[in-house]
Amino acid sequence: MTAPAKGADASAERRLNMIEAINEALDIMLARDPDVMIFGEDVGYFGGVFRATAGLQAKYGKTRVFDTPISECGIIAAAIGMGAYGLRPVAEIQFADYIYPGLDQIVSEAARIRYRSAGEYTAPLTVRSPFGGGIFGGQTHSQSPEAMFTHVAGLKTVIPSTPHDAKGLLIAAIEDNDPVIFFEPKRIYNGPFSGFYDRPVEPWKRHPDSVVPEGHYRIPLGEARRVSEGEAMTVLAYGTMVHVVDAVAREKGIDIDLLDLRTLVPLDIEAIARSVERTGRCMVVHEATRTSGFGAELAALVQERMFYHLEAPVMRVTGFDTPYPHSLEWAYFPGPVRIGEAMDRLLQD
Amino acid sequence: MSKPHDSAPDAQVPSLRSLQDQFASNTRYPASADEKLAFYRQMLLIRRFEEKAGQLYGLGLIGGFCHLYIGQEAVAIGLQSALNPEVDSVITGYRDHGHMLAYGIDPKIIMAELTGRHSGISRGKGGSMHMFSTAHKFYGGHGIVGAQVALGGGLALAHQYNEDGGLCLAYFGDGAANQGQVYETFNMAALWKLPIVFVVENNRYAMGTAVERSSAETEFHRRGAAFRIPGMHVDGMDVLQVRQAAEVAFAYVRDGNGPVLMECSTYRYRGHSMSDPAKYRTREEVQEFKEQRDPIEAIKRLLVEDGTAEDDLRAIDKEIRAIVAAAADFAETSPEPEPEELYTDVLVDSYSGSAPAIPAAEHAR
Repeated sequence: MTAPAKGADASAERRLNMIEAINEALDIMLARDPDVMIFGEDVGYFGGVFRATAGLQAKYGKTRVFDTPISECGIIAAAIGMGAYGLRPVAEIQFADYIYPGLDQIVSEAARIRYRSAGEYTAPLTVRSPFGGGIFGGQTHSQSPEAMFTHVAGLKTVIPSTPHDAKGLLIAAIEDNDPVIFFEPKRIYNGPFSGFYDRPVEPWKRHPDSVVPEGHYRIPLGEARRVSEGEAMTVLAYGTMVHVVDAVAREKGIDIDLLDLRTLVPLDIEAIARSVERTGRCMVVHEATRTSGFGAELAALVQERMFYHLEAPVMRVTGFDTPYPHSLEWAYFPGPVRIGEAMDRLLQD
Repeated sequence: MSKPHDSAPDAQVPSLRSLQDQFASNTRYPASADEKLAFYRQMLLIRRFEEKAGQLYGLGLIGGFCHLYIGQEAVAIGLQSALNPEVDSVITGYRDHGHMLAYGIDPKIIMAELTGRHSGISRGKGGSMHMFSTAHKFYGGHGIVGAQVALGGGLALAHQYNEDGGLCLAYFGDGAANQGQVYETFNMAALWKLPIVFVVENNRYAMGTAVERSSAETEFHRRGAAFRIPGMHVDGMDVLQVRQAAEVAFAYVRDGNGPVLMECSTYRYRGHSMSDPAKYRTREEVQEFKEQRDPIEAIKRLLVEDGTAEDDLRAIDKEIRAIVAAAADFAETSPEPEPEELYTDVLVDSYSGSAPAIPAAEHAR
């Protein structure tokens, strides 16, 4: 595990939002490696619906950064073929909710081409996709399907929660020789979200992790980040929920040991173990639905490895087992009230 | 090299151009005065409804995604006015408000769905892109691009199996036309002669990407050729043309000949959604359509030429504005769903997820 990494040089005060950080990572990789190519729906001429690829086609040309038809299965399949032939494709799926037509290719081809060919071929592709709710997207623009991918052997699943990490993790994902699913929490593209939805939106520039060093750096996949150090309980979170949990703990004055997992597979189980062995209490928070969510895996791992250190059952705070509603978005979202009540209960147990 | 499969010669199946040829011989539907007035009224309702939806979005009363149908009204009205609402079904994508209004669904409950209220057609839980009406055989309202086309194949199969004489009208856009599942459905529909009319509403842009940049074959009506589905190409800005094309296509499908692929060339005046400033096209292009091709202005001119009094048209305008204003009032004043509504309609049986009850305070925040 690394401490909250900050830029080491004089440019350390340069502040970016998450979109800008992702754009910069893509820019750097396009410049460094001629095998890197970027494609997806609206990513070229238009620069992406969230502007993550803005300016890249103009800078690197239409052979390196290009628009595709609305054909998610074809997009991912093309990326696998390109990767097998030695390129390093970075495909964008416009919303994680659109990834399912490509699921066959991800599960049956990308995840297994290395295994199937006894290591002769690999699929070093990165699939970037905005995910999660909090923008009133309803059931087809809000989902958090990460557990569908962590369940598939042969894939890596990465979820950044800050501009600093988004850049370093995306570079590491692109340089990784295995297929990486890179989910970007779209609710926090433009600012960290406390979960108090009726408060004004905070811009990234006031957050310490919006300081993004210039140039190439990577954050190794499989290393969690300690967001806050505390004794009361360990909280495991990723993406948007890192900021919500942090805000709730500050409001309530509970000194939690908050780990931002950053990559779900590979998982930094050692960091989790060190923390839980110290605090004896563990809470898992995610926005995805509860049943068979990644929280179930975390809870199982914690009780397998740290059972005799636990002073209370592992607690999960998650989305409900329903589709993501349009109107009741904040009732679905595991917000400050649910997290706060769960923290109180966990401390009483 | 093996000999090509010795199949029946083309003469024994309807020519792929037969419908287009029939349509080209007479492209204008001979609408009566009453029908023209009805087309005007219905298109105007869609236009004003969508303008109001845009306003409510700007005021923050509608959140998230909202795709307006302004400019494309003639497609929905021309086609759906030719349907038999007793038996026919309609399915479409996320730009669905116009198709619902064209089917006579109450504007109030559509608008209330946009604002996420309990009185909305999906109790506020669906939102703009996800609306349905069994009473009107309207099967959604789908947020995943192209997915509804394949579902339309299933609806058509049900029409055929039930021998109910109905057909399915399956709308999709030029962008959705590149989804693989569309072609799986084309093949099945043609193979089993399903009663379905595939309608490509070609508004030239798949979100921000022009058709030329996303499609190898931009003449979408030709895309059924590989499956022996006859194609038709229609001016989607002219409601009488669309209606005439519907007459030709529906008669063919109702005779048990299988599917038709109809491309309607149209244009959306607004961005893809409310968050899209539509900078990927020129102001001149948009102006040209608004000023020279507008479907509502066109039918209005015909009405005036036929001797319809300006006062009568103004009375319709006023009536439509009142309907839309009432819908907006309803949508603003109806209550939001209760938190318990989160659990309803997940499964047919009572809900049995492992989640604990929602703390009441969560929603009250």
